[in-house]
Amino acid sequence: MKIFGAKSARAGLDKAPSPRNAPRHVVLRVRGGALQFGERRLWHDLDFDVRAGEFIAVLGANGSGKSSLLKVILGQQQLSAGTMAFEGSPVTRGNRRIGYIPQQKLADEGAPLRGRDLVALGVDGHRFGLPLPRAARRREVDVLLESVGASEFANVAVSTLSGGEQQRLRVGQALAGDPRLLLCDEPLLSLDLAHQRAVSELIDTHRRQRDLGVLFVTHDINPVLDMVDRVLYLAGGSFRIGTPDEVLRSEVLSELYGSPVDVIRTRGRVIVVGVPDAHHGHDGHVHHDGDHVPDAPGSGDGVRR
Amino acid sequence: MSDIDWADLWSQVFNFTDYGELLVLLQNSIIAGAVLGIVGGLIGVFVMSRDMAFAVHGISELSFAGASAGLLFGVGVVEGSLVGSIVAALIIGFLGAKSRDRNSIIAVLMPFGLGLGILCLALYPGRSANKFGLLTGQIVAVDDPRLNSLIAISIVVVIGLLVVWRPLTFASVDADVASARGVPVRTLSIVFMLLLGLAVAVSVQVVGSLLVLSILVTPAAAALRVSSSPIVVPLLSMLFAVLSLVGGIMLALGGSVPISPYVTTISFAIYVVCRIIAASRARRGVSGRRLVALDA
Repeated sequence: MKIFGAKSARAGLDKAPSPRNAPRHVVLRVRGGALQFGERRLWHDLDFDVRAGEFIAVLGANGSGKSSLLKVILGQQQLSAGTMAFEGSPVTRGNRRIGYIPQQKLADEGAPLRGRDLVALGVDGHRFGLPLPRAARRREVDVLLESVGASEFANVAVSTLSGGEQQRLRVGQALAGDPRLLLCDEPLLSLDLAHQRAVSELIDTHRRQRDLGVLFVTHDINPVLDMVDRVLYLAGGSFRIGTPDEVLRSEVLSELYGSPVDVIRTRGRVIVVGVPDAHHGHDGHVHHDGDHVPDAPGSGDGVRR
Repeated sequence: MSDIDWADLWSQVFNFTDYGELLVLLQNSIIAGAVLGIVGGLIGVFVMSRDMAFAVHGISELSFAGASAGLLFGVGVVEGSLVGSIVAALIIGFLGAKSRDRNSIIAVLMPFGLGLGILCLALYPGRSANKFGLLTGQIVAVDDPRLNSLIAISIVVVIGLLVVWRPLTFASVDADVASARGVPVRTLSIVFMLLLGLAVAVSVQVVGSLLVLSILVTPAAAALRVSSSPIVVPLLSMLFAVLSLVGGIMLALGGSVPISPYVTTISFAIYVVCRIIAASRARRGVSGRRLVALDA
């Protein structure tokens, strides 16, 4: 299986210690994984590895079990069959070496929470007791804030920050504890294009610097198309994994869905047309149709205003 | 025409004759007020960040029902209100994980509790002043054993909160990530409901069940208007609650009206002032955002 595809052209940006083409150590290994809720089978015989420094986009229709896959990795959901190992041992709940970035939600005004406090929760929010101010903790939080470009709004109430600023903080929060694997569940949802670009580049930069494995669940691959090494496509109870060029093809997806699907590549974007309704029978247009914004990857210069 | 004797009315509301003697007589109430302020101000911060104001009201009505039943059956007001509070808190905690479910459960429980309480009071043959006190608060009723039980319960609540403070904060503001990081979100939520039940039960003793919100919600809401710091907000909230309670009790000493109007008015005034401060800051554009030099 080809792991590092055409995207190694970006190797110039790579600050990772080992050479890009050497086989990296496996962070997450899934063998024969299956997930089933009652009669409904989400996926089965799932085999894949996530290697250190590898960026994998997880695509698929609504209800195809993308988020459930992350729940299994986080230990919040049991596999119906198969095994899943993180750093060589079975996944457990609350593993500190796995970072998690959820989709942006409007923070509640009722909470006393500033930017730095959100990041600090990633550092030691799981520990009992009072969050007493300590110099070491403060330094750690400052470094994290700096690394995600959030120092400027460190002392601002989270509820008054923009969606993009909140997601920057989330990246910083997830990086606390020096994770080996970053799980992102639709982190770009409800962000505007400039912020989508900024947040995905931030994640990309850190996975290169820290040699992080990244599993990035998204309904739209275009914002991260030029960053991903491989695509894991879940559909029809089955899956395909490979480089975007290998997986995002009409014949591959048609076979996966069991009905004709067209993959159109235009102006550097991938558009999937004709995805049949998901298992729930609603909201079938999950992938890229309806995403009409003419933004070719690489044109996103105006990231920071 | 009704001719109101304004001077008499005034002396009913504010009366400071023999103030020194009254102060000694009612020192228990003042201690109770201070302790309650600390508990209410502290837990109020979590009531706000977990969006539980309505739950506080619901629990306090069941606490009232319990207290009335305790009075009627001679079990004791404190015991009754504790049982009522904790039962209500646990029902809301177990059935109302989602806020929509929670609100409807509270809306169902609340009138039932109030009705039950009124029934018990109607059947109670004793003095009616005691009855009214359960709803609107009373200052004369804090005798030594009652003060001791109030302090003991308060200590449990404060220590409980300090122990779970950080993970409870994580779970309250960021449940998904907290859960991903291994914080026992569900267990913490039940622990919090238990502590809240205890806090409401002690508050009902002093300010009455109708006005518990003025201690468990208003001070924290006011503090959140002027700060977002997780250290400053709880401290301010406690300060506001203690000011409202102790100030209210001191003002109420001489008059013949219940304590609650004083407490609620001070607490409301503090809230209004905090809103005005927040609004004037917003107008001046103070946000805490650090201005960085534009190095384009």
